[in-house]
Amino acid sequence: MLAQQLVNALSLGSVYALFALGFTLIFGVLGVINLAHGAVFMVGAYAALQAVVLAGLPIWAALIVAFLVSGLFGLVIDILVLSPLRKRHAPHLIPMIATIGVAIVLNSAVQGIFGADNLRFPPGVVPDEAIEAGGLHITAVEIGIILLTFAIMVLLLLGLRRTSIGKALRAVAESPKAAALLGIDVEGLLRKTSFLAAALGGAAGVMISLYSNAVYPLMGQPMLHKGIAVIILGGMGDIRGALIGGLFLGFAEVFAVAYIGSTMRDAVAFGLLFLILLVRPTGLFGKASERKA
Amino acid sequence: MQFMRSAIVALAIGASTVASQAAEVKLGVAAALSGLAAQYGAAIRNGFELAAEEINAAGGVNGNTIKLVVEDEQGKKEEAINVYKKLIFQDKVLLIFGPTLSNSASAANPIAQAAKAPVFGTSNTADGITAVGNYIFRNSVTEADVLPVTLKTVVEKEGVKKVAVLYGNDDVFTKSGYDNFAKALKDQNIPVTTTETFAKGDVDFKAQLTKIKASGPDAIVLSALLAEGAPILVQARQLGIDLPFVGGNGVNSVKIFELAKGASDNLWVGSPWSASNDTPENKKFIEAYTKKFGLAPDQFAAQTYDALHIVAEALKKVQLSGDIAKDRAALRDALPDVSWTGVTGPFKFRQAVDKSGKPAGYDADQQPIVSVTKDGAYQIVK
Repeated sequence: MLAQQLVNALSLGSVYALFALGFTLIFGVLGVINLAHGAVFMVGAYAALQAVVLAGLPIWAALIVAFLVSGLFGLVIDILVLSPLRKRHAPHLIPMIATIGVAIVLNSAVQGIFGADNLRFPPGVVPDEAIEAGGLHITAVEIGIILLTFAIMVLLLLGLRRTSIGKALRAVAESPKAAALLGIDVEGLLRKTSFLAAALGGAAGVMISLYSNAVYPLMGQPMLHKGIAVIILGGMGDIRGALIGGLFLGFAEVFAVAYIGSTMRDAVAFGLLFLILLVRPTGLFGKASERKA
Repeated sequence: MQFMRSAIVALAIGASTVASQAAEVKLGVAAALSGLAAQYGAAIRNGFELAAEEINAAGGVNGNTIKLVVEDEQGKKEEAINVYKKLIFQDKVLLIFGPTLSNSASAANPIAQAAKAPVFGTSNTADGITAVGNYIFRNSVTEADVLPVTLKTVVEKEGVKKVAVLYGNDDVFTKSGYDNFAKALKDQNIPVTTTETFAKGDVDFKAQLTKIKASGPDAIVLSALLAEGAPILVQARQLGIDLPFVGGNGVNSVKIFELAKGASDNLWVGSPWSASNDTPENKKFIEAYTKKFGLAPDQFAAQTYDALHIVAEALKKVQLSGDIAKDRAALRDALPDVSWTGVTGPFKFRQAVDKSGKPAGYDADQQPIVSVTKDGAYQIVK
């Protein structure tokens, strides 16, 4: 049982991390807790579902569709909501509240168009059968999620450290004003970040709905709650922190179920999170206090 | 002209003979035709209309035609009370069918009991509905009655010795389903290897399922709604768990075949009515209903259809006097003895008790139909 629970924990942790990567990226660069991230996550799942059902696309192409559609939604949200607020120098709380509104609009619109019922990807778009090895069961989707999560994290880290865009982004994250003085197109970079974060959220939506077999308008809500916990634990805005935080929550939940009891799952997982924050208030990788001051 | 005149005379004579020989029997229907419960209300009205049409076409009851007075109670307590008052005191119906929700029933039924007007619920499954008094009847079968039968059937057919339990602990319905299962497991002396829970919106159930698998049960008792029930079935099969699942009403829907496609086999559920039950009564009902309304009937339509037939059976034994109070009492006295084989199978009443244990109204005494899923369809377990 232990070995299987380790596999379960790794895949659940990767699910949380995959969601948290885009979520933490937008916070790290824009300084906004984007509560519409759960909604663009859901939009990605619906976009891919339509691509598979209506256009008959294979799942990898649907994943790209979801990436682009969600990215576009992220861009539009930035242009219509976040950017005007930035220009008016709205305090931190305002964009966060605004994104709650965006999330409600998106959830309601999707519910109006597609209904409140649970939908799912047609069987066979990914191999449904679990792969069995030495008594362990793991599905193709789980392997996909684990690999994708690690791949995105590595790409994001390399992109931020090695490319000129990445360097500019880090400059913006440090101080938008100083970056603008250096001739960096701050506004353009922030839009690109909004696009990329939402696009990653959309891709996560596809993978996670394949994993849970459930596409429904409010699917982003529970993930959002877990996602907030993950990025707080990992250190707000830190890419590695999102991965470690996600894995931590996954392992905590699975082992709470396995060895303490499923009714205590959330109490144990979030209790541990609380203890860690007591010791490290900025999260595992966070060093936000001096930077934001 | 001559012909016209004789035709009019003939019509007039005809009309007067009908009026002197046969009366209308007025029965009230209080159903949620608008509001959140309207999807049930529509099926409920259809079931009554179909049954009334058939009974009247076959000559009515003792020559009297049945007239339904249908009122919308909107699925709300206050409206149900208003509708009851109108039906009892203004329309002077013999009996009221309804209301749609248990919530409304517990508010409105005491009014009918006080006025000594019989009430017949077709969709109220909560506890205590018939505890109000001896004028309250229902043919809806409660989960407390269904789940033990489902469980017993699986235990007998599959040789189950011990079970694991999995349920959603943050939802009133799935929690109450769990309570009923837990009681049935205790009553039937079936050991539980482990009891696991999940929450709404969870995407992963593998931790619980892995633990369940390791505890070595022969079957898994599941109280979940479709949204979580379907992924649970899929993930269980992915973990190599091929045990039977015993479910409640939450997973009793044909949608399970779509949402858990390829993993929906071996799920056992119980229900008072099943579309795959091929008794002659049921086949005739499904055909007539589909023809009249252009859509397939559901459990709610089936139960109302049977309810009107049960009342018609009782009316056959009642000599109507025209005094509404006497006729209501006579109908009430005739109802408990009715036994009827309808689309939900053989039916009779069982007296319920009130809180102090004294005899009160009447519940359904009916065997639920247990089905098991196989190849994307429900198969009735005989």
